[in-house]
Amino acid sequence: MNKHANNVIEVEDLVTHYGDREILKGVTLDVHDGEIMVIMGGSGSGKSTLLRHLMALETKTSGTMRILGQDIDNLTQRDFFDLRKKIGVAFQGGALFSSMTVGENVMLPLYEHTDLDQMTMEIMIRMKLEVVELGGFEDLKPSELSGGMIKRAAFARAIVMDPKILFCDEPSAGLDPVVASALDDLILLLRDAMQMSIVVVTHELESAFKIADRITVLDKGHILMVGTVDEVKNSTNERVYNLLNRVPEDENMDMDEYLQRLTGVEVKEETIL
Amino acid sequence: MKHEVREEVGGFVVAFEGDVDLQTSPDARKVLLECVGRGKSVVVDLSGIGYIDSSGVASLVESFQTARKGGQNLVLASVSDGALRVLKLARLNKVFTICDSVEDGLAAIG
Repeated sequence: MNKHANNVIEVEDLVTHYGDREILKGVTLDVHDGEIMVIMGGSGSGKSTLLRHLMALETKTSGTMRILGQDIDNLTQRDFFDLRKKIGVAFQGGALFSSMTVGENVMLPLYEHTDLDQMTMEIMIRMKLEVVELGGFEDLKPSELSGGMIKRAAFARAIVMDPKILFCDEPSAGLDPVVASALDDLILLLRDAMQMSIVVVTHELESAFKIADRITVLDKGHILMVGTVDEVKNSTNERVYNLLNRVPEDENMDMDEYLQRLTGVEVKEETIL
Repeated sequence: MKHEVREEVGGFVVAFEGDVDLQTSPDARKVLLECVGRGKSVVVDLSGIGYIDSSGVASLVESFQTARKGGQNLVLASVSDGALRVLKLARLNKVFTICDSVEDGLAAIG
């Protein structure tokens, strides 16, 4: 059962490791139907790892995850396949196939998941290219597109199946402010026109504040806070403040752990002078 | 999804009921193209549609263009707010004639 009927994602006490290293340390998070949830955090905060888990691309250590009401640990292969059809992903670098045209890239999910008539698929991809303002560019190869256009093409592919949930990994990264702002507008349009629930990972503050209904602030694998834009902006939490104001962290360095990381040599506490 | 086709003086009225999605849009497309293929104009009654996805809209676009090629018309009637949002996304609200009712639609194709 969903905790709340309008939650499309429910994550509870998610713990993940890469090797021995704990990346997410008990993350609990809900995403509501039709909202834009921005996941923010510095480098190494675990935000991209969290996104990959939400996309069911990684194996967790413990915790539970429900996507569109389904516990992803208890899905048959068929159910998992059906669930994936309702999820769109716009990867950070676009992840377009360079040997294929823009149109072929956008059509790929339709080929993979549907038996639609060729004409229907062609009209669908052209409509989606119009939505992302790439109408008429379907015959170009990715190498013939600018960085912003590649991101737009990736968005067209991500939404071609009219997903219920759209995941976007750093949509504004590497783009000039004008192009980045236009992508933000596109994300808002998709929420409003297609009623999508959208999860965006970004470290771009301006973009986060423009598009977010709620923001999750991650720090070192923990959630510092979840709140509206105003709640995050007015937070009195020191780490949130530092992140928003780009203040370098005044860490309490664990010297033993740091030296062990540098040297690979563990020193037992009793031997230290 | 269910559909009903009836013939009026000015052309066919095709009424859909339920959701038009990846599973059902091939049937909707078949019905629409068959009606257009019979050489008359068509009013598509969308009042019974709960949800229409891009594949459903693509079927409307293809049928409309096929109708135009044959010198006929295809208009939409009783379009819900949700369907209108999907049409607007690709600026198709400027392409289709959208009527408030089937009666208005029949007047438009007449």
